[in-house]
Amino acid sequence: MEFLRPPSLHEALEAKAAHPEAVPISGGTDLMVEINFDRGRPETVLDLSRVPELAEWERENGHVRVGAGVTYERIIAELGEALPGLAMASRTVGSPQIRNRGTVGGNLGTSSPAGDGLPPLYASEAEVELSSTGGTRRVPVSEFVTGPKRNALRPDELISAFRMPRATGPQQYAKVGTRNAMVIAVCSFGLALCPERGRVEACIGSAGPTPIRTPEAERFVEGVMEEGGLWETRGPIGDAALRRFGEMVQAAARPIDDVRGTAAYRVHAIGVLARRSLGWAWDEYRRGGE
Amino acid sequence: MTRAQTTPTPTRVGPGPTTFSPGGIGESVRRPDGVPKVTGEFEFSSDMRLDGMLWGATLRSPHPSARIWSMDLSRAEAMPGVRAVLTHEDVPGRKVYGMETPDQPVLAWDRVRYQGEPVALVAADHPETAKRALGSIRVDYEVLDVVSSAEEALAEGAPELHPSGNLLRHVRIRHGDAEAAEARAEVVVRGEYEIGMQDQAFLGPESGLAVPDGRGGVDLYVATQWLHVDQDQLAESLGLPHDMVRLTLSGVGGAFGGREDLSMQVHACMLALHTERPVKIVYDREESFYGHVHRHPCKMRYEHGATRSGELVYVRASLVLDGGAYASSSTAVVANAARFACGPYRVPNAVLDAYVAYTNNPPCGAMRGFGAVQTCFGYESQMDKLAEKLGMDPIELRLRNAMKEGTRLPTGQKIEGPAPVAELLEKLREMPLPEGPGGGTRDLRELPGGVSNTTHGEGVVRGVGYAVGFKNVGFSEGFDDYSTARVRLSVTDDGPLVEVHTAAAEVGQGLVTVEAQIARTELGVEKVSVLPADTRVGSSGSSSASRQTYMTGGAVKLACEAIRRRLFETVAERHGEDPEGLALENGSVVSDGRFVVALDEILGAEPIEETVVHRHVETFPLDEDGQGDADVTYAFSAHRAVVDVDVELGLVRVVELATAQDVGKALNPQAVEGQIEGGTAQGLGLALLEEIQVRDGRVLNASFTDYLLPTILDMPPVRTEILELADPGAPYGLRGVGEPPNISTPPAVVAALRDATGRELPRMPVRPEALVGIADGPPRRRPQPGSAGYGTLGSLEERRDQ
Repeated sequence: MEFLRPPSLHEALEAKAAHPEAVPISGGTDLMVEINFDRGRPETVLDLSRVPELAEWERENGHVRVGAGVTYERIIAELGEALPGLAMASRTVGSPQIRNRGTVGGNLGTSSPAGDGLPPLYASEAEVELSSTGGTRRVPVSEFVTGPKRNALRPDELISAFRMPRATGPQQYAKVGTRNAMVIAVCSFGLALCPERGRVEACIGSAGPTPIRTPEAERFVEGVMEEGGLWETRGPIGDAALRRFGEMVQAAARPIDDVRGTAAYRVHAIGVLARRSLGWAWDEYRRGGE
Repeated sequence: MTRAQTTPTPTRVGPGPTTFSPGGIGESVRRPDGVPKVTGEFEFSSDMRLDGMLWGATLRSPHPSARIWSMDLSRAEAMPGVRAVLTHEDVPGRKVYGMETPDQPVLAWDRVRYQGEPVALVAADHPETAKRALGSIRVDYEVLDVVSSAEEALAEGAPELHPSGNLLRHVRIRHGDAEAAEARAEVVVRGEYEIGMQDQAFLGPESGLAVPDGRGGVDLYVATQWLHVDQDQLAESLGLPHDMVRLTLSGVGGAFGGREDLSMQVHACMLALHTERPVKIVYDREESFYGHVHRHPCKMRYEHGATRSGELVYVRASLVLDGGAYASSSTAVVANAARFACGPYRVPNAVLDAYVAYTNNPPCGAMRGFGAVQTCFGYESQMDKLAEKLGMDPIELRLRNAMKEGTRLPTGQKIEGPAPVAELLEKLREMPLPEGPGGGTRDLRELPGGVSNTTHGEGVVRGVGYAVGFKNVGFSEGFDDYSTARVRLSVTDDGPLVEVHTAAAEVGQGLVTVEAQIARTELGVEKVSVLPADTRVGSSGSSSASRQTYMTGGAVKLACEAIRRRLFETVAERHGEDPEGLALENGSVVSDGRFVVALDEILGAEPIEETVVHRHVETFPLDEDGQGDADVTYAFSAHRAVVDVDVELGLVRVVELATAQDVGKALNPQAVEGQIEGGTAQGLGLALLEEIQVRDGRVLNASFTDYLLPTILDMPPVRTEILELADPGAPYGLRGVGEPPNISTPPAVVAALRDATGRELPRMPVRPEALVGIADGPPRRRPQPGSAGYGTLGSLEERRDQ
């Protein structure tokens, strides 16, 4: 096994160009499990943990650009205000040890539908920045993830960052697992309110081959708000609308049965999470107007 | 193959003696391995190394049932760095092993009967090389039909797994006259219950180091529960006399029954003898799930008849246990399930049938609670059902029927000594309940779902449940159960020293501390050294069945008493004292508190050594009606569980577990509390999380990603009340401690879940699906690559199939 340790992004990209078969490693919280379980055995490993450019984040006119190597722990500590949904999702990841090592870049690279970082990215329509020696391209996250554990990354590219809008309203992330900590999602749900645009953005996690946006449910609840002038009055949504929102989110889920839970349960739980999350976010929005 | 040039330097093999000033019995003594374990300095068996050692690895069957037509080892043998590739043809002695029924191949030939069954061995210079070599071995399998449940195995025309048939044992107990009693039953409740396959999930995987002695013999340093039963089986399969197979206990990372059967022992010794090099084998986590037996899954049918006032009249029960592919200790587990099927209650009439069958599922055997865990879930569920039907308080019903001293079990055995079932329940009832839910709590960690942010209080309902359980201490049914202790009292430059040498396995339960406390108490000497456990001293029996403090503690006590007698005879002779009036205190011989002579002086250069065997009272096999005094004694515990359930999502936060347990005498109260809390946590795991999911003989979740153990956010504080009602037949009156908490916790938790949800919940572990009323059960199909649950599954056969 060859182990490459480039000290800069430039050299990392050159290494990737020279070794397109190289598997990138940053926190190693996915890849090392694969290797330890003898499930994959890369010929070449490209260690990105020493690339300083990947461990930075910055504000870019209304957006935040986050390097692929920024850990969950740093997202929780440093980006809780700018990206609250992602920070909430980060809190549900693994144990403190895992959060100290794991990165959203890794979630993107693995492209598992159970990745906790993905629903907030989907909900806020994040772009994934893919770099090679030939340049950089930006791909919407929903186009980047092409299927379960599949994505649009080219062999000579590295995930360098993701970019998403700063929160303009309350966000939520909720995840069902059979254990109260350190658990992979049975199903999850991310939600963002964008009052300035009158938008509700939501995404289901771990209940389909990829994270799934829920446009019909979103349009429905946006209609409810518009109709009642709720963005302005900050009045209550009403239980019936919350319930209907949950049902419409349920309808978008496409889960399977597996060791972690049955499809029927996932559909059921997604509905509950959607209803509760919207309720919590809306309550926060209402309190914000006081 | 040539012998390694490097001379093995066993500097890192096996633990040294543990010398400390332990305090006497009844004092809380800190365990000597506590700090090293927390700081990572403790040497577990997997940490051992020797210069020039090789790494062993095991090829396992990807199929739960298959015929082996041929094996091609040539590519593996040709790999650089590979020193040996062995199959069943290389087993020097008996090709099968087993503690009770030798039916399990050391290495499979002809056919495999469970997924993960060992087929071939490799020794190589590097563990990676060994792994690659395994991957290059070609085995031609013909896949056969799978017998995937005990019911299937016992059905007419089922394919037979072994020449003896699929029924491993049927235990039949007939007590009183149940048919006549039925007429007197005014209320009858029936129920069917099921329990999944729990794993011991010890954190230190199977591991050991075999060192050839250059004269055809071998020393094995290994983490195990019973050195001598390993030695017996090793000698048979290696074709060596016992004195050429010597074992030393190395650092054990938990056991819970899972180290009673052999795993890598014969394999490592075969490779070491073949290569004439030290060979280490360490299983990885996934392999560990295939490398040891599990708790028996069990299906139970119960019928309880009672009077309207709540007096039990009869119990009928039929229990079916899945033994898996090989016998292990199934025949003893099923007998326990049968004997304790009615619970710690006065049941005048009973018809009990317990069956255990061979299947193509993973072999099942010993696990903490040993058959009593399964039935406790059954009978306690029934007691709650009966209480509900009678409109009685569940504790009242239990009190009304509680077993007492003198009660006869369905086996006819009379309970000698205290049976404080009612006292334990009363203690629980007196304990205050924790504060109610809600109350403005916003800390997610105190809510169901924990940090996953699934509820802020919505849907959360409180539930409370009770259970009481019991089981035997020590080995039953006529087994010649004994322990040996060698104790030596000498004088060193630092004053008197007691050395305690036994073969009893310290598996984390705290035996080393207890042995030292007993020696200090009995001989009045401050400095006690506990020597490493090995086969140079007689057998101590297994660290199982809550027996080791009773049996080996008892043996140490007897050996100390023998030393004291000899010493006092000498003192009486030399100092003209009456030996009856002498005692040992602080390194001196005293008479009525009056100093007679210092130990240093009386012993001089002549140490006193005694080796003593301790046997418990004789037990007897059950007759054809299941009658007989099969047990030594019993241990009792009761639990109250308080849970908060998110009834919409089926997620649970256990708020508190309270327990009362009679331990007879707490030799080391801190260690007793540790055992109670640990057993309680393992019981919580069984109630809510822990299950090896098996589908068509295949394990679906052989990893800690999907076999979930409770975390600190799942395990609540434990409120403990310890009773010390002396068992008249036991050393110091003590009772076994380790298993009871694991027995009464799960049904208490499930009772609390029923209280919160109003659902029947007939199956453990209780999954969220069941709590919200969505049909539960194992997955209908295996996860596909890329599915949400795929990440960590099923790699074994995929790896081999490729």
